[in-house]
Amino acid sequence: MGRFRSLMRMTAVRLSAVYFLLFAICAVVLVVYVTATASTIVEDQSRQAISEELADLAQVYQQNGIIGLVRTIDRRSRQPGASLYLVTDATGRIIAGNVESLQAGVLDDAGPTPDAFSYERYADDHGQRYHLAIAEVVSLPNGMRILVGRDQSEQVRFRGVVQSALILALALMGVAALITWFFIGRSALKRLDGVTAASARILSGDLSERLPVTGAGDEFDRLSANLNTLLARISLLQEGLQQVSDNIAHDLRTPLTRLRTRAEGALSAPPDVGEAREVMEQMIAECDQMIRTFDALLMISRVEAGSDQVIKSEIDLAAIAADVVDLYEPLAEDANGELVLEAPERLTVFASRELIAQALSNLIDNALKYATGEERKVTIRVRLSEEAGWWRLSVSDDGPGIPAEKRDRVLERFYRLDQSRSLPGSGLGLSLVQAIARVHGGRLVLEDAGPGLTVRLEVPREERPAGERGDG
Amino acid sequence: MIEAPTAPTSTKSMRILIIEDDREAASYLVKALKESGHVADHAADGEEGLYAAETRDYDVLIVDRMLPKLDGLSIISRLRESGQSTPVLILSALGQVDDRVKGLRAGGDDYLSKPFAISELLARVEVLGRRRGAKDVETSYRVGDLELDRLSHEVRRAGKPIVLQPREFRLLEYLMKNANQVVTRTMLLENVWDYHFDPQTNVIDVHISRLRSKIERDFGSPILHTVRGAGYIIRADD
Repeated sequence: MGRFRSLMRMTAVRLSAVYFLLFAICAVVLVVYVTATASTIVEDQSRQAISEELADLAQVYQQNGIIGLVRTIDRRSRQPGASLYLVTDATGRIIAGNVESLQAGVLDDAGPTPDAFSYERYADDHGQRYHLAIAEVVSLPNGMRILVGRDQSEQVRFRGVVQSALILALALMGVAALITWFFIGRSALKRLDGVTAASARILSGDLSERLPVTGAGDEFDRLSANLNTLLARISLLQEGLQQVSDNIAHDLRTPLTRLRTRAEGALSAPPDVGEAREVMEQMIAECDQMIRTFDALLMISRVEAGSDQVIKSEIDLAAIAADVVDLYEPLAEDANGELVLEAPERLTVFASRELIAQALSNLIDNALKYATGEERKVTIRVRLSEEAGWWRLSVSDDGPGIPAEKRDRVLERFYRLDQSRSLPGSGLGLSLVQAIARVHGGRLVLEDAGPGLTVRLEVPREERPAGERGDG
Repeated sequence: MIEAPTAPTSTKSMRILIIEDDREAASYLVKALKESGHVADHAADGEEGLYAAETRDYDVLIVDRMLPKLDGLSIISRLRESGQSTPVLILSALGQVDDRVKGLRAGGDDYLSKPFAISELLARVEVLGRRRGAKDVETSYRVGDLELDRLSHEVRRAGKPIVLQPREFRLLEYLMKNANQVVTRTMLLENVWDYHFDPQTNVIDVHISRLRSKIERDFGSPILHTVRGAGYIIRADD
């Protein structure tokens, strides 16, 4: 069980890892895309502003010449803001502007700078000396160079903020997703663990334990409910088994003890071939009776184990009844009884020929055993009928019957009425008939025949299932 | 009344192979079969048993259902597939309703559940061994002065007709088909009534005594004998 659980856990871990990885990849792609797009937009805006300012300055240059241009630049560069300006002469000396120094090579080529460059500016209001900027360089015919640019520090900071905000948001989402998954997965796992723990207890032998059912009616509940039904069936079978073994212990130990005592007695007695033979014959008879009891017990438990253990076929109940009555008729006559059969011409059902015959044989045998023996003649009626989809096979005698309060008890295994203990029999006959009734989906009913007893097999008529081959 | 249940009832000796993993049970069977005048070999597992059955000629095979290496039903199926028709008696400790059916479907000829009386086994082996004589095709049986005509359903003894109930006729028919052989009560229930359960009371005895009174009462000499501890035998006393 522990291994199963750790495997489940590992599965959970693997699943969440895969899930998280996918999420992380998506998040990274998203962050990269958003920041890249954002900075492109901001840069484009800056470049456009630079171009506009240059166009403006070109106008100033045209109207007021170089002096006017330098003045305008000088004035503009004193205003606070993100704009940066630089004017150099042909030798590269700074004439005007708010730039103290530049990254080398920025002024070499005219036109927009391809990348952001670093520079130092005067009167830094942030106390920060190095800045990033993009700019456009224009060279005048006299060799002077003018640089107009926009500081990018804000943009870089903005990009950083966006980036970290995005990363933070995504990380939070990831963690939240993981936590949610963990709790949902965990609650599912916890229920599985509950099932595992319960089944472990069941495995260790406590068949009364049941799997937890929350009442939510979900898949887990349905599974647990099904397994519980299965368990109920198993414990019922086990109880039957328990009863059988108890019965075996009880009812086979007694004759075994007798057997042993008899053998011991014969052994300690002075050797006498004739006597020894007699003892052995008694012992064989005792063994046969035990085998019979044992067979009956096995048969009952086999039949009770389920209908799939029984081979059914299409049989004519009327013919079977006639057969069994024919089998017992001479015996009944010898016992001063009369066997009367009341049956329709034909009654075909889908059932086990062997078991139905055995049931009827047991019932007639019982009737002969318990109802006859008195001076008067006893009539045993075997009735077969069909009504409303049920067929009934009953055996009635007009003997002493069974008192109402004891009728249920005689169906118990090994139960025998006190007055019948001296008669041969295992006490299993009626239990077997009841098992046979049940395996056919029916029941066994005991009734007062006034006087006497009626034992009736009531079974719903079963049609032969399509495509099934039956054997008798 | 014949006292010894295992006395050979005929002179023909049969070769019998016992495939059984319980050595003690097997040696007891070998001994009993030898005492009945047969030759018996023993194989202790399925493969050895199949080999012996394939390579030597036997009149009857006695095969336990549960065997090491190769189970009894597989042995029978393989023998039947290869065209061998030697009669097989299946022994089984399972002994339940449908086990018999499975056994017979696999190609077994008869089925005996453990534990069994040795007399029951001997009687069945005898009947199986003689099945090869194909008495089924005979239209009439004769034992001493008792005659049974299977076509006209007439029974005569010393020329005098005897009136039998249909069931009595079938009982006598089965007994005469297996004349001079012990037939057990279970065999009669199985073959005449076609039931395989154990009727708690010995219902067969009453049928036999009725039949006996009809075929013996007016004729003096007994012909249907009880073999104590085993069953019945129909035999003319010479």
